[in-house]
Amino acid sequence: MTAYSGRIGTTPRGRGVGARLAAGFLYALGLPMLLLVVWGLVATRATSQFFPGPLTIAEAFVDTWVGPAFVEDVLPSLYRLGIGITASIVLGVAAGTVIGLVHWLRELLEPLLEFFRAIPPPVLIPVMMLLLGITDTMKVVVIVSGAVWPILLNTIEGVRATDSVMKETADAFRITWSERLWFLVLPAASPRIMAGVRQGLSVALILMVISEMFASSSGLGYRIAYFQRNYLIAEMWSGILLLGLVGVFLAVVFGLVERRVLRWYHGIREVNRA
Amino acid sequence: MPDRSTLLRVEHLRKVYESATGNVEAIGDLSFTMEAGELVCIVGPSGCGKTTLLKCLAGLLRPTSGVVEMDGSPVTGPSPAMAVVFQEYGRSLYPWLTVRGNVELPLRHKKLPRAERDKLVTDAIEAVGLAHAARSHPWQLSGGMQQRVAIARAIAYQPEVLIMDEPFAAVDAQTRADLEDLVRELHTSRRISALFVTHDIDESVYLGQRVLVLSTSPTRVQEDLAIDLPPERDQITTRALPRFTELRTHVYDQIQRAKRGQAVAPRSAR
Repeated sequence: MTAYSGRIGTTPRGRGVGARLAAGFLYALGLPMLLLVVWGLVATRATSQFFPGPLTIAEAFVDTWVGPAFVEDVLPSLYRLGIGITASIVLGVAAGTVIGLVHWLRELLEPLLEFFRAIPPPVLIPVMMLLLGITDTMKVVVIVSGAVWPILLNTIEGVRATDSVMKETADAFRITWSERLWFLVLPAASPRIMAGVRQGLSVALILMVISEMFASSSGLGYRIAYFQRNYLIAEMWSGILLLGLVGVFLAVVFGLVERRVLRWYHGIREVNRA
Repeated sequence: MPDRSTLLRVEHLRKVYESATGNVEAIGDLSFTMEAGELVCIVGPSGCGKTTLLKCLAGLLRPTSGVVEMDGSPVTGPSPAMAVVFQEYGRSLYPWLTVRGNVELPLRHKKLPRAERDKLVTDAIEAVGLAHAARSHPWQLSGGMQQRVAIARAIAYQPEVLIMDEPFAAVDAQTRADLEDLVRELHTSRRISALFVTHDIDESVYLGQRVLVLSTSPTRVQEDLAIDLPPERDQITTRALPRFTELRTHVYDQIQRAKRGQAVAPRSAR
């Protein structure tokens, strides 16, 4: 919250906004830049063909991913990832809310859920291949089968931990069922839900790549594995770089959404800290 | 509507908490009535089951036996004729809603036209003096202001009786005096009936037209005391009246007796 940000940190008042921005920029990009330079230097001296220099990779990046490959490989990957994440959130929050609210259901399902969560999702890929074939559906199911757990379990915990006085308030004012859901249960659980989504996102990205490496004829994972098998080392590295960028993009989008959704939560924490 | 009609009638109320380690009788046998437009304070030694009583009245807890009647019909669950102000304002207001959103929430299902609902909300927020903070979130406000929001939410709901559970126990003394005056003012200007539970003897005498002194658990009404102070009350002059001192001393004595278990025979509730 802007109202409080001024109090945090020890930046002296006299320094301008420009100087502070520049400092922030340096902190954010300084180390990556340094690493790039070191890498460039090492690559020029090294003889190993598996570690091409940054310029070679940058070139390969542009050649490989700008153009038809973007439509053929990147978009399908992002599409599956998007569907998988959306389905995981909808399913995890919906089921988590029901399970969190119904006491006997929770008791009944908890051991089972712990078991399912413990299964590493990639082992489901061969099973899903048999059941669903090598399709987009199979990949989305694999993504969901991994990403849904943190969201589901966090939602259950969040819903269950709804404050008793808040619930009594809703009772006393005869808040209806649907209002209770939208104005009490879900907002109260939202910090936990968002923590679950954050974990789910990284799981989803991992499973997207793995499912494509296993069984696919398109997608980022497939393409990276293909380059590797064909000794197109610079291209392979450029794919890994692109995956990293996708991860950063996801994190940035998540951060924006979280700031919006949990503004009240961060606000309270800042007030308590001050 | 006749001016003095019975609003709330409690008869032989009894509440026993059952648990594995044994039953606890929180309320023994409690009877009283309250008339429309009254401001009744309930005071008792700590741990005497004040909150239990209040939850039974508000329909949040089912009594083990006995009757709670509101306007002649039994209370079996939370009633639209009652609004509760809880002690823990920080946990009773929803931090993700603004002040306005909090006040508006209980009105959403009342099927009022939009304009009327807006008017009720604005009016209630103004009545507690928070017009400038309507768009803030509760956690941006001080404790006293938060409890004002809870009061605004209760009066916007347009209940027949306001039930307040030690609402000012967690705020500092000066804020508390302001809030007491706010309750007095809402009571006189809007003719709001209120049942005010407190452990503070001075507060009960200052606020109430009547004070119900409770005994220790299992709780009964130890005394039903009419407060014959002038209706216009003021923190300085009223509290300086000899009669105020007499009354508070009397209530204090009663509570000390209740603690020692020397319960006098309960005078019949009117």
